[in-house]
Amino acid sequence: MIAEIGLAVLWMAAALAVLQLFSGISALRPGGKAMGGMVRPLAVMQGALVAVSFLALIDLFLETDLSVKLVAENSHSMKPFIFKLAGTWGNHEGSMLLWVTIMAVSGGIVALVEKRLREDTLIATLAGQAFVSLGFYAFLLLSSNPFERLAEPAPEGAGLNPLLQDIGLAFHPPTLYVGYVGLSVAFSFAIGALVTRDVGPAFARAMRPWVLGAWIFLTVGITAGSYWAYYTLGWGGWWFWDPVENASLMPWLAATALLHSVSVLASRNALRAWTVMLGVIAFSMSMIGTFLVRSGILTSVHAFAVDPERGSFILALLAIYIGGALALFGIRASTVTEGERFSLFSREASLVWNNVMLCGTLAIVLLGTLYPLMTEAFGAKVSVGPPYFNPVSAIFVLPMMVVMAVGPLLRWRKDKPGRITATVAVPALLTALVLLAVVVFAPGIRVLPMLGIAVGAGLARASLLPLRGRNLRRTPLSVYGMVVAHFGIAVALLGAAAESAFSTERLAAMNVGDTQTVGPITIKLLSIEPVAGPNWTALEATVSAAYKDGAPVTLHPQARTFTSPPGERTESALHTRWNGQLYAVLGNEGEDGRWQMRFWWKPFVPLLWLGGLLVAFGGLLALLGRVAHDVKRLRAEGKIAYRNSRKELLK
Amino acid sequence: MTAPQPKKPGLAIWLPLALFAGFFVLVIWGLVRPADREVASAFIGKPLPQFNLEAASADRPGLSTADFKTGKPKLLNVFASWCVPCAIESPQLATLAQSGVEIDGVAIRDRKDDVARFLATNGNPFARIGKDDLSEVQLGIGSSGVPETFVIDGKGVIRYQHIGEIRAEDMDLILRKLQEAGQ
Repeated sequence: MIAEIGLAVLWMAAALAVLQLFSGISALRPGGKAMGGMVRPLAVMQGALVAVSFLALIDLFLETDLSVKLVAENSHSMKPFIFKLAGTWGNHEGSMLLWVTIMAVSGGIVALVEKRLREDTLIATLAGQAFVSLGFYAFLLLSSNPFERLAEPAPEGAGLNPLLQDIGLAFHPPTLYVGYVGLSVAFSFAIGALVTRDVGPAFARAMRPWVLGAWIFLTVGITAGSYWAYYTLGWGGWWFWDPVENASLMPWLAATALLHSVSVLASRNALRAWTVMLGVIAFSMSMIGTFLVRSGILTSVHAFAVDPERGSFILALLAIYIGGALALFGIRASTVTEGERFSLFSREASLVWNNVMLCGTLAIVLLGTLYPLMTEAFGAKVSVGPPYFNPVSAIFVLPMMVVMAVGPLLRWRKDKPGRITATVAVPALLTALVLLAVVVFAPGIRVLPMLGIAVGAGLARASLLPLRGRNLRRTPLSVYGMVVAHFGIAVALLGAAAESAFSTERLAAMNVGDTQTVGPITIKLLSIEPVAGPNWTALEATVSAAYKDGAPVTLHPQARTFTSPPGERTESALHTRWNGQLYAVLGNEGEDGRWQMRFWWKPFVPLLWLGGLLVAFGGLLALLGRVAHDVKRLRAEGKIAYRNSRKELLK
Repeated sequence: MTAPQPKKPGLAIWLPLALFAGFFVLVIWGLVRPADREVASAFIGKPLPQFNLEAASADRPGLSTADFKTGKPKLLNVFASWCVPCAIESPQLATLAQSGVEIDGVAIRDRKDDVARFLATNGNPFARIGKDDLSEVQLGIGSSGVPETFVIDGKGVIRYQHIGEIRAEDMDLILRKLQEAGQ
């Protein structure tokens, strides 16, 4: 019964989306104003219905209702609760339903809370949102029904891909999804503003919290995804430039650019067309990323739910939405370009540079990701890896760090270089000194990590400068947000550079009782025992690891074997210290009875993920600051309106 | 400087749409291309070109043309430490090596310590590994990407080219081609 209810409300939600789209269109036509009143309530109802549908699917997974095809194919009665829950979206149909759910609920929230936009722009935005949702409804209802029943209930489920049976991955995709969908709201705002030619500060202020929110989730998602890949794939690396990783990085880069340009538009009424363009690009990148991951068009280590037919469906959606939006942009952009002027040396100009470099990075990542496909069109299969991505992206990323250090110190509209020379001298000097120290004390490391360490140190110092000379208790939360986020970038850069400069690795064949060293750590293999989990068995090594002469800690790397579906996974063991991380992997038993073990000592690598979280936290502070500011303003306006109405009455 | 877009946006405003159209055509092609992705190499049936590569790792000798004229068919695997599909095929290569197939490697545009790390991580199925910094040998045998695997007969003639990583389902084919090359 639950499955039928889920399907029925999904159809109803889709029908409401159709109504929402058409009432929106007719409200925007001359003489159709009366229809406008329907749009907001429709958006709210649609969000509520689709949420019910998603809850129904969650219930089916928690109950492990094996008469439902999707559950039988992706779940198992023996699975731990948390993975039953995560199984809801750990598959193609479920993740699409999650997508449309977040999208429709966001649309409902926009309809409920948005008060700043012109009414016609809001109606156009909600109609746009309904239009985008309709594609996903069609996808779910016509080709990937998540509620489809089996003729005969299955005796037992097929389980979940062992690689996905990890707490990190249970929550990584939905985090990214919230980010992607937040960008779809920004996209709808951009479309709405283009349709009604209302690209201005009010539009930017309405769009900004959605961009910020999306960006926070994308940042957390990417950081968590990187850590997940690092500890489950057992390769000891944190970024492989894999198409799936790039699929989440590209929307992040676009969203970062959008976040900065939307601020310029909100406070300075400049960069109008550019901001709208980025709104379109950011969402395009989410969809292109999804398409690349789902269509199987590119080879990747962790693409899942690959299916060329579904790929074609997403591609058709891409053509309609992105092609349509870009065409609309071409037609309308000339009517929105005029904005405030600013000089070459100003806060605006630095943000333009930041945008140019982010977009440059985006372009080279997209090019590198598509390059194998392009060469294949000419009959050659090519794999593009770090030798391309690392140096080429550094061309944009390192100068961007300099702009990040200087830009926030500049004044809006017009500034003089002389005013900030003394201020930037300190971080510049720090960068030079650190570079010198690295060259002297750690000769032989590669150029990029060396520059990364030096620039990271300088940026860490420079990112705090905007707080100088301010009354810290009266500084807006959004300024703290920016400072924390920029500092986080510096921290992440330091972690990444230190890891790639100073990591040491040891591959060893060990008997129980043997001792090995990796970097400053001494490791002893104490035992190898079989252990069993809820739906896996494993061999577990017990090793004790001591840093220099310190007290030893015990680690348990495992090699897990899953039965449903069959699969193997290494469960690496990590020991984190303030100055680095020990990474231990248990391999196979060799012919001579010794155990293959791998150890890495990775100095300062946790800074990388700490930096990522700081960046997201900075975003959160900025979002809270903006929301608090808006609430205060709305309240003040409400009071004024109340007072005025009282005056009117008393007259 | 004003906003980055010119005052009267000309054709540039259509550039994103044009780029997107290019992307669209490319992926349409990618989706509908024939399922048989084998591209018969023009080099099949030709002898290996003359080359003499220095060793790419400390514990394996380098590789030259003469190493393939031993009378026994071999595999020549073109790989790189920075190539993710190369890591995926390592279990298959290990299985082949364990069953007595001799595999020689060519590391493309790689660094010695990266190769060492890659082999430490993924196992080392190779008898010899040559270092091909400029892709000269790679291009000379008609390979344009990594990984690729060639079946070379006992006289140093290329008999089969496998493009992309060797997956579990390709193993029968590889073994059959090796057997044919040995006859």
